[in-house]
Amino acid sequence: MNKKSDFHASAEQINKLKTVIEESRSVKGCLMHVLQEAQTIFGYLPIEVQTIIAEGLGISLSEVYGVATFYSQFSLTPKGKHRISICLGTACYVKGSDKILEEVQKVLGIACGECTEDGLFSIDSCRCVGACGLAPVMMIDNDVYGKLKPEMVKDILKKYTDKEANK
Amino acid sequence: METKMINLKINGIPVSVPEGTTILEASRKAHIEIPTLCFLKDVNCVGSCRMCVVEATGARGLVAACVYPVAEGMEVRTNTEKCRQSRKMTLELFLSKHKKKCLSCERNHNCELQKLSLGYSVDEDRFKGEDFVLPIDTSTPYVVRDNDKCINCMRCVAACKKQNVNAIGPIGRGFNVHIGSAFDRPLAESPCVGCGQCIVACPVGALSEKSNVDEVWKALSDSSKKVIFYTAPSVRATLGEAFDLPIGTNVEGKMVAAIRRLNPYAVFNMDVTADLTIMEEASELINRIKTNKPLPMFTSCCPAWIKFIEQTYPEFIPHISTCKSPQQMFGALIKSYWCEKHDINPKDVFVVSVIPCTAKKYEAQREQMPDDVDVALTTRELARMIKTAGIKFTELPDEEFDNPFAVGSGAGTIFGATGGVMEAALRTAAHMLDGNFEVLDFFAVRGTKGIKEATYLVAGHTLHVAVVSGLDNARTLVEQIKSGEKSFDFVEVMSCPGGCVNGGGQPTLSDSVRNSVELKEARAKALYSSDNNNELRRSADSPVMTLLYEEFLGFPNSHKAHEILHTSYKAHKTI
Repeated sequence: MNKKSDFHASAEQINKLKTVIEESRSVKGCLMHVLQEAQTIFGYLPIEVQTIIAEGLGISLSEVYGVATFYSQFSLTPKGKHRISICLGTACYVKGSDKILEEVQKVLGIACGECTEDGLFSIDSCRCVGACGLAPVMMIDNDVYGKLKPEMVKDILKKYTDKEANK
Repeated sequence: METKMINLKINGIPVSVPEGTTILEASRKAHIEIPTLCFLKDVNCVGSCRMCVVEATGARGLVAACVYPVAEGMEVRTNTEKCRQSRKMTLELFLSKHKKKCLSCERNHNCELQKLSLGYSVDEDRFKGEDFVLPIDTSTPYVVRDNDKCINCMRCVAACKKQNVNAIGPIGRGFNVHIGSAFDRPLAESPCVGCGQCIVACPVGALSEKSNVDEVWKALSDSSKKVIFYTAPSVRATLGEAFDLPIGTNVEGKMVAAIRRLNPYAVFNMDVTADLTIMEEASELINRIKTNKPLPMFTSCCPAWIKFIEQTYPEFIPHISTCKSPQQMFGALIKSYWCEKHDINPKDVFVVSVIPCTAKKYEAQREQMPDDVDVALTTRELARMIKTAGIKFTELPDEEFDNPFAVGSGAGTIFGATGGVMEAALRTAAHMLDGNFEVLDFFAVRGTKGIKEATYLVAGHTLHVAVVSGLDNARTLVEQIKSGEKSFDFVEVMSCPGGCVNGGGQPTLSDSVRNSVELKEARAKALYSSDNNNELRRSADSPVMTLLYEEFLGFPNSHKAHEILHTSYKAHKTI
């Protein structure tokens, strides 16, 4: 689902990024910091943002992209309004969190790392949220759902779609 | 200050080396070659592949010899069972996700991974890796990347970084790491300039030139086609390497004989259009100086450099000489002058240029001159054709190029090394400005130094010149010119470090050779000694030049010369 980037940013966001770059560029090894800030500003790191960073820091786009794809904390695709994060850490994994992930992907019709067409949900996997006693665990935004079974997924997601529909 | 010497033993042999030397370098003193994969002298030294692991006293576990410095009293063992087992395992892991299509691989018999696998008796199927089918990048006219053969040694990335082009880098993490351009875009959209330094750095077959060999075979067996070959100056200095001749052997005569045995219509000498380039370029330079046109003038023979300027510094386009490169001039000349003279329809001619370069494949397709050259073949591709045709290269007699394009000046020959175009131009330009100027050797512009500057006084003109090789150096110089820190009248640029002799289309030598020989010097020597032995040292003195201008072109920079031998440039964007 590598859709063409439909990146929209406000002048304010761009200026914010440029300020971060300006403040960081003299610091050796600042790329990570700039990428983190950029992700906070834009929610993800599309080619347009990475190009501004590369030009601003005087490094190549291939280097920026290399770092952005090395760390799982960075996303190249937009995130949904509700961010689903499924723990694939050891405890959750042995308790079958891969089945939970599979179910979420099936229900939403997107792969891990992607965002639904309507922009409502995005799925990511993570490594341990520190609630191993509740394994397998999934987080949606800041809510934690534990002791999950695949058949519970549909209802949980419905809560969010209903909430949006009632708005 | 005197360097401190360190005494150590390698496999029991005492050696003494300067402090800071790595175990890998020190072992050479004991005449021991430690196997390497990711290491490449002057290019890559990261200690990541773990092939060069050795046992050393004072170290915990095995250490990577390419990065581990020697210490006083150290005892190194390079071939213990522990080392051998570790290397074997490393190789088997590499092979677990390596596309083992060795039979048809361009690097078959010339592959570092294959060589080591044989030496360590590996089981290539010991670990059944996950199928990992990555797309093959054929987006450019000059290089093919097959990442399923890649071992992630990073040598290509380091070579690109050394050029300061940075078109490629590692993408992703862990098992998914692969080499590519930003956002996994095709290489053609990246800032790649086609220099091919990544190809000659690759230890395996993950990178190769986009081969045009089949097209040439087809043309050769087409009775309606007259196939014309011509060879660039530096090819004669390197082709022998593909037939195990010593580096720096000038094989001009055998090369001509070998090509003739492929049965083309004619074999010509590209030194001729190197001379022609000089006639046009020297005249252009003098004209620019006299009419206050943009200076410095940059040379235009190197297509990777042209692509670099068009992409990175378009504001400098007016500074590039409008002369086509010798490759393009030759094609244009054959399809005009030569065809007219022999009453041949240019459509029936198939022009094959043999070059040390991958960017020349791109140049042959440039929109400004798509019909001059039909195919550009690298030195490697020519060697492959000669081998396939069963021609016993080393047994061949020396033969001469065909007339009328057989003889070039020594100035044309040195085009293949950094400083060569500058020296060739100076010989003719100085003589054009002052008929009594007899100096023929311009030593200050010779040698493999990345940036060379010199000043010459000719007929009352002070000429400030610079010679750069390697695109990183070129970038440095352009920035200095841009900022006003430096100013020159004439600048020669070759994208590959050391010039065309070290081009991306030259024979791929084994690591053991590349890591111990100064390639650029050894190859360039063949060209300079040929120049020295040539009675013709100045392009303008060549009888072929006299013939061409009298019969066809009129005079340098004439209207006709402009029409056929000059070109234009256009800015373009990359990601």
